[in-house]
Amino acid sequence: MHKVKEWLLYHLLGSRLKAILIKEFIQLTRDKVAITMIMMLPLIQLALFGYAINMNPHSLPTAVVVGEESVFSREFIRGLQNTAYFDIKYQMLSIEEADKLMEKNDALFIISIPFNFSKELIRGQRPQILIEADATEPVAIANAVAAGQALIPHVYQEMTKRSLPDLQYIPPPIDLVLHQKYNPENITQYNIVPGLMGVILTMTMVMVTALAITRERERGTIESLLAAPVHPWEVMIGKILPYIAIGYIQLFVILFAAHYLFHIPMMGSLWLLLISSLPFILSNLVVGIMFSSISKSQLQAMQMTFYFFLPSLLLSGFMFPFSGMPLWARVIGEILPLTHYVRIVRGIMLKGNSWEIVMPELGAIVLFGITMLSIAVLRYRQTID
Amino acid sequence: MISHTKSDEVAYAIDVHDLNKSFSKKKIISNLSLRVKRGQVFGLLGPNGSGKTTTMRLLCGLLKPDSGGGTCLGYDIEKESLQIKQHIGYMPQNFSLYDDLTVAENLYFVARLYGLDNQKQIVQQTILDTGLENVAHKLAGELSGGWKKRFSLAAVLMHKPKLLLLDEPTAGVDPKARRNYWHILHQLAQKEAVTIIVSTHYMDEAERCYEMAYIKNGDVLVQGTIPQIIADSKLITFNLSPCDSDELETQLSRLRIVKQVARFGNDLHVSGFDEQALKHEIGSLVSSHQRWEKIPTSLEDVFISLSNRQGSGHA
Repeated sequence: MHKVKEWLLYHLLGSRLKAILIKEFIQLTRDKVAITMIMMLPLIQLALFGYAINMNPHSLPTAVVVGEESVFSREFIRGLQNTAYFDIKYQMLSIEEADKLMEKNDALFIISIPFNFSKELIRGQRPQILIEADATEPVAIANAVAAGQALIPHVYQEMTKRSLPDLQYIPPPIDLVLHQKYNPENITQYNIVPGLMGVILTMTMVMVTALAITRERERGTIESLLAAPVHPWEVMIGKILPYIAIGYIQLFVILFAAHYLFHIPMMGSLWLLLISSLPFILSNLVVGIMFSSISKSQLQAMQMTFYFFLPSLLLSGFMFPFSGMPLWARVIGEILPLTHYVRIVRGIMLKGNSWEIVMPELGAIVLFGITMLSIAVLRYRQTID
Repeated sequence: MISHTKSDEVAYAIDVHDLNKSFSKKKIISNLSLRVKRGQVFGLLGPNGSGKTTTMRLLCGLLKPDSGGGTCLGYDIEKESLQIKQHIGYMPQNFSLYDDLTVAENLYFVARLYGLDNQKQIVQQTILDTGLENVAHKLAGELSGGWKKRFSLAAVLMHKPKLLLLDEPTAGVDPKARRNYWHILHQLAQKEAVTIIVSTHYMDEAERCYEMAYIKNGDVLVQGTIPQIIADSKLITFNLSPCDSDELETQLSRLRIVKQVARFGNDLHVSGFDEQALKHEIGSLVSSHQRWEKIPTSLEDVFISLSNRQGSGHA
């Protein structure tokens, strides 16, 4: 027993092990970025997973096309609102206006109540109500669709109890027709693969340029570079341009796989997608350069990319429904370029969106890129202080 | 790249005054003033951490002074750093070219960076002039320390700078290569009127400079030619030989009139300012088998004395 204790003390707390433990502890306490990361990452993840992500989103933006204004149509709309899944944001629209809203991601559902709805309802002809759901986000719409279907047998129960007892019988008085737009077969890859394009570009583009300046700093080559008559913008652009080509190679590989392996349709213009990708690639490269210009080592720069990548992944609407997030998370999400790029890619590939719909999203990406570039240029030191 | 610039009109390649620089509240350079004539090989000497590298970086615009100012090649060191960079060649202490590029690729990179005409011709000529033919297609990271130094010098000379700032350029280089290196530097100064500022620890290198400055705690303690510096030090030195015991060394060190005692093999150099007092004290301490005589004070004696000087600099 004594020997075992001696062995344990020697090997576990022996001077060599102790020396390494003490050294590691000292180094760790001096690495402020690592400590911040150890403390902050769990907190960020707790906040994002605990508060921001909601797999059962409510109050989803809904547009209603009412062919007939009557007590029955109003009761039906009230019933939908009472499920808490549908937020009737737009009413009294034409079908074209409602379609436009869905293309722009402003409405996830279009409810169409036909002309002569009341008449057919009273006659027991089971009029059809069409619910069109944006199936590019299947997780977001699933529960709302189920709630809408569950509503049908009960929607007129109270008001028809005495006056129209026939409508109480089975089958329900309304025939609810569900149309999953853009992804009628509800194929998961339709949702994932276009979004993945943005995720892959974000991950790789930010990472490669995040190391660009810190690598020069760590290897000592920055001294020669700074001693030469070079402008900061020349260094920045020189470091960014080669990776644009890399970004496009990645894009082509993913598009090829999307088309030939996953059979994702390309409803819109390929050229529009390629052109729209440029500001997105540039923005991510600039974010990397910005991290590179403020961090002291490659390791620090890598750690910083996590702070950008994690919220991008979780708050962009790529993995979890954007509309289900609280306001603060959506505000952060709206700032991030991945959010807009996911919308652009899904919009072009699945919905066939055109320039006019893509432009506002592109504007947000460009604004983000310019802001990051300004920070990077201001932070890029022409001296080695 | 050779063009008529401000640097051709000024008498001093470097003319700075009262420079101050601190890092995280620690003062590295303190009221440093320095003048270096054009076409000189000028040595910057001083112990480790004395501020030699920071001084070089301030002169070439890699650092901005907290206060003070002056000119480098006639250009303001604060406001005209881009112009300064066009006319200087700065070689940092550590290898600062790209390990993952070949020697030739690195040289092409530098040629493009400075916008040189006839890049191919210049690179090939540089490779020939500096004897890099056999390593031209080797990765820079694979070169030995000596080759790296030679290659770095080749790179900073390509754009024909008017001022060379070389931070410990021969550290880790063997004596023969060092001699060659200095030969190149003197040729540059004599034939092409390039001003060269070299920081070094080596006394023999310091003695190769036309003029030098000794820096301690970020301040220039002395500046001038070697005979000037030795004369200005007013040090009197005696050589004791053989000195085989530490006891005598300790006894001499404790004397108030002795400013420094330095061992050179079996010899002991004892320096001070009062010749008569030194004679008296040494005579009373040495034994009969030991010889002692007055010798000319060397540059090394002066520098050891300067580096031992207390309170001369700033914290």
